Parts: sequence; C-alpha cells; structure tokens
Amino acid sequence: MTLTLALVQILNGLQFGLILFLIAAGLTLVFGVMDFINLAHGVQYMVGAYLVAAFTAMTGSFLAGLALALPTALIFGLLLELLIFRHLYDRDHLDQVLATFGVIIFLNQAVKFIWGAAPLSVPIPDALSGAVEIADGMLYPVYRLVIIAVGLAVGLALYLIVNRTKLGMLVRAGASNAAMVSALGVNIRLLFTIVFGVGAMLAGFAGAMVAPILSVEPGMGDNVLILAFVVIVIGGIGSIRGAFIAALLIGLVDTLGRFMAPTLLKMLLDPAAASQIGRAIAPMLIYILMAAVLFFRPSGLFPTKS
Amino acid sequence: MSKLIDLETVPAPARRSRAFVLPAVVFALFALLPLAAVYGPQSFILALASRIMILALAAMSLDLLIGFGAMISFGHAAFIGIGAYSVAILSSHGINDGFVQLGTALLVSFLFALITGAISLRTKGVYFIMITLAFGQMLFFLATSLAAYGGDDGLSVASRSLLFGSNILKNDKALYYLCFALLLGAYLLLRAIVASRFGRVLRGIRENPVRMEAIGFAPYRYQLTAYVIAGMIAGVAGCLLANQTEFVSPAYTAWQRSGDLIFVIVLGGIGSLHGAIIGAAVFSLLAELLSHYTEHWALIFGPILILVVLYARGGIGGWLGSKP
Repeated sequence: MTLTLALVQILNGLQFGLILFLIAAGLTLVFGVMDFINLAHGVQYMVGAYLVAAFTAMTGSFLAGLALALPTALIFGLLLELLIFRHLYDRDHLDQVLATFGVIIFLNQAVKFIWGAAPLSVPIPDALSGAVEIADGMLYPVYRLVIIAVGLAVGLALYLIVNRTKLGMLVRAGASNAAMVSALGVNIRLLFTIVFGVGAMLAGFAGAMVAPILSVEPGMGDNVLILAFVVIVIGGIGSIRGAFIAALLIGLVDTLGRFMAPTLLKMLLDPAAASQIGRAIAPMLIYILMAAVLFFRPSGLFPTKS
Repeated sequence: MSKLIDLETVPAPARRSRAFVLPAVVFALFALLPLAAVYGPQSFILALASRIMILALAAMSLDLLIGFGAMISFGHAAFIGIGAYSVAILSSHGINDGFVQLGTALLVSFLFALITGAISLRTKGVYFIMITLAFGQMLFFLATSLAAYGGDDGLSVASRSLLFGSNILKNDKALYYLCFALLLGAYLLLRAIVASRFGRVLRGIRENPVRMEAIGFAPYRYQLTAYVIAGMIAGVAGCLLANQTEFVSPAYTAWQRSGDLIFVIVLGGIGSLHGAIIGAAVFSLLAELLSHYTEHWALIFGPILILVVLYARGGIGGWLGSKP
C-alpha cells in the first residue's frame, strides 16, 4: 500500500519536474547565451495560463484555447524583448534584475486589472478527465499522465534540436562563448531573439498545461520562477541537459520530501513533533540541496563554461 | 560587474564638505518632522516616517554589500524577518524586554549571516545572487511553516518592546525617535566602516579581487565580515518593524521584499549611504501617493522602476551630485 502511494508521489514529482524543465529550459539558454538574468520569465508562465483560460472560455475548447494561446505567448514574449529586454543586454546584472523585477510588478497587477484578483479555473478537457488504475485500486488522473508524456516529448525534441541541428549547435556555442560565435559572423542578436521567443513560448506552454490542475491567479509565476532559477543554477547555467536532470531532481525531492519527511522523522521523534518539524523542513529541502550542490560545485552540475 | 560604481576613493576637500551637507539636511528633516507633524494627521505621518527610516536602515546595510562590496545579495529581507520574529516570538512567550529581544535578533542574525555568508561567498556573480535568494526563501518557508507562531497568517505582537521595564515605545513619538537614533547610529557606523582601512580593502576587492589577494589580503574574510555586519543591522531594522506595525508575517521575508531593498538603493544611488535613506523615502512616498489615486498603483510603479533603471543611472543621489 505504501509502495503504490510512493508510486503516485513519484509520478507527481515527475510531472512537477517536467513542468519546471519547460520553464527552466528557456531561462537557462537566455542566461547562457546572453548572460541576461530575466526575472520576468515567471510571468511568461502566468501569462500562458491566463491566455489559455481566456481563449478556452472564448472558444469552449481547451485544445483550441491552447492552439491560440501558444502563438500569443510567443508574440507577447517577443514584444517584451523588443520593448524592454533588448536595452538591458549590455547592462550589468543588477540593472537586469531590477528592470525585469519592474516587469513582474507591472504584469502581476495587469492581470489583476484585466481578469480580477480571484483565481480562474480551467476545466480539464473531457477526453482527458478520467483516471487510470496504475496499481491495485490506485487511480491516477489521465491528465497528469498527459502532462508527463508531453513534457518528455518536448524535452526530447529540445534535446534533438539543441544537439543535432545547426541552430542547436550555434545555441550551444553561444552558451559557451558568445563573443567567439559573434566573431565568426553569426548574428548573435537574431539567434538570441529566436532563443528568447522559444523560451517565452515554452514557459507559456508550461503555464497553459498546468492551468486545468492549478488555479490561475496573479503572482502564480513568482514562486515557480525561483524554482526555475534553483534548477538552472544546480544544473549549470546554459546547459539543457543540466536543466533537465536538475528539474527532475527538484520535482522529486520537493514532492517526495513533503510526503516522506514526516514519516522518516517519526522514527526519531514523537508523532506530533515529527509532523510539525517535517512540515517545516520539507519546503526547505530543495534550497538545502541547492546550497549543498553549490558548496561542492560552485558552477553547478554541468557547467557549460570552462 | 566591477563597473557598477565608480567611486572616488579619495574625496577632494570641496567634495568632502558638500558630501556632509546633504546627509545633514536629511537627518535634520527627520529630527524636526515630529514638530511639524502636529499640524497634519500626526499619527499617520509619524507611522509613515518611521517605516521610511526602518526601510532606510535595512537598505543602507544592504548598500554596504552591493555598493561597496559588489555582493548583490537577493536575500537581505531574511534578516528583517529574523529581527521581526525575534520580537514577536519572544513577546508571545511574555518576554518583552527590548534588550533581550534585540540581543536575540543580533545573535540569530549573526549566526545566520555567518553560516549562509560562508557558503554563499564561495560562489560569484550570478551564482551569488541566486544562492542568497535561496537562503532567503528557506527562511520564508520556515516562517510560513511556524504553525505555533501564526504560520502563513502572521502573528500579532501583543506589546511593544519594553525599555528598562517601561512601555515608553507605546508612544509613537518615542518609537519614532528610537528609529531616528538607530538610523543615525547605523549611518555613522557604516560611514566609519566605509572610510576605514577595512572599507578601503572591501572596495579594493570590489574593483579587483585577484589583485587584492596578490598583495596579501584574503577577500573571503573581508567580504564575510561585511556580510555579517550588514545582516545584523538589517536584523535591528526587523526589530523596529515588528514594534512599528505590531505584527509580523512571512511576507516580510519574501524575495520580492529583497527586490524592493535593491530598488531603494538603486533609486537613491548605489554606493551612497544617505542615498539609501533618500531612496527609501522616495520609494515609500511614491507607493503611498500612487495607492491613494488607484488600487492598481503597481501598474504605474512597475514602469517607473524600469524607466529609472534604463535612464536614471546613478539614481537620485547621482542627480544631487554627491557620494557617501
């Protein structure tokens, strides 16, 4: 019984990790190629969720909503790049942190202004609303399995593009040494705009995918953003492979930690204290993990720059 | 990163006297404000000005790190939380003595800064920003899970701190002048630190850590010492905040609050201690003013922040043309 419960938790952790990967992929490439800290990446995720909520309500179909939300998220991301981010590439990190912080403040308030402060809910599409039996008497929602499958598929596609295509080669080269790639005659600004657009769309896609299982609300991107930064810092900035492994690690540690910490502590302490301390420690686990990784490997698990 | 600030290491005599005028004016204004406040909504003015001074105290300490040490800490609000919760938790157990509360806040801030600083300073640049952010988040989640002390909902402070057994801080004006005294004290302390040999080494490390190491200084120790000092001063700000609002909440330690602190410094001009005070005043007054006109004040505030970063380099302190 505990084993099947653990299986459910592992699937939840995997699903959370894959969503984190979708967000972190764009962030790590932008970071790696242009050395640009984009705190506003989390609001792209929020915008994706709001767009799918709005378009689904408009068309009455989640799939149509998703099909409209994705290009809109892409255009929105490119617009932000054109209006604001473009002027920050040559600035130091402090300016980038602050200006993109301003974008967060603005957009969190803007969605409140447009859609109200109350959370929106997006219905799970009928075809995916069931549950399957993954073990004896243990049901698991189909939609979460779909998220896992889609996340893995996007991860694989991204891996192939980055490792097997010319564009991917340029992106990888840009992440290790942008100045050299530029000197070889590659239009690094254009390359970056492409990377940025795709990254924004992936974050928006992640937001759109989780919209039916989470509530869509202002500020929903803020905590996810911090987690995505934890992911890319652990993985090594600019490394897709590092982001993938770190995202799954974070997803599993966070989910399993919340599930297991109280249980494990019960072996050492009395039940009341164990559940109290367990609940206190669980959300801190991933930050402890990050601090530990950085203590031993200050540039992450898979550093791209030597 | 090293071109964050270009600060004259040896101020010319003329500049030195001018650099003294602006801070003197700022502190004189704060000292005299309660006399003028009686002609307006007094308790509102005193509360707002007290909060400005508390914010200024925390921002000024962060400026020691960012402006003079080029250590962009994104978790500085954690120390405000430590100070605030020291007051609230002790008070909830009936310990209202201000010196015990302050001592606890200083001790916990010291330990937290020492441990997290020792780890964070092993990393550089972006990694330093991120790891300090992570430590800030750790404390945020710790505060939200303190079910016995309010958890997510926060905790009311039953009584303001007692000074020598007397409840004098219940008087808003007394609390105001305590904030003023601590802000002035911290300003003079930080000014002395910045001008001292220690401060010059710190700035040297900011400009070129490799060279400083080559001529025999251990950057790590200097940076860690600065990190601990800054953390403890922010802890004091937290004690005052808990007294001023008579309430503490995990929101005090959220990463957005650390972002606010950085914004205050940039607004006031990086590397300028009194600039941090001016930045805190402008930040708070702007937020207050805009929120009077519309509940969606952040729609205006966000773009102002972006514009300040894009076009107003050097901040307000830069326009007024003086450094520390």
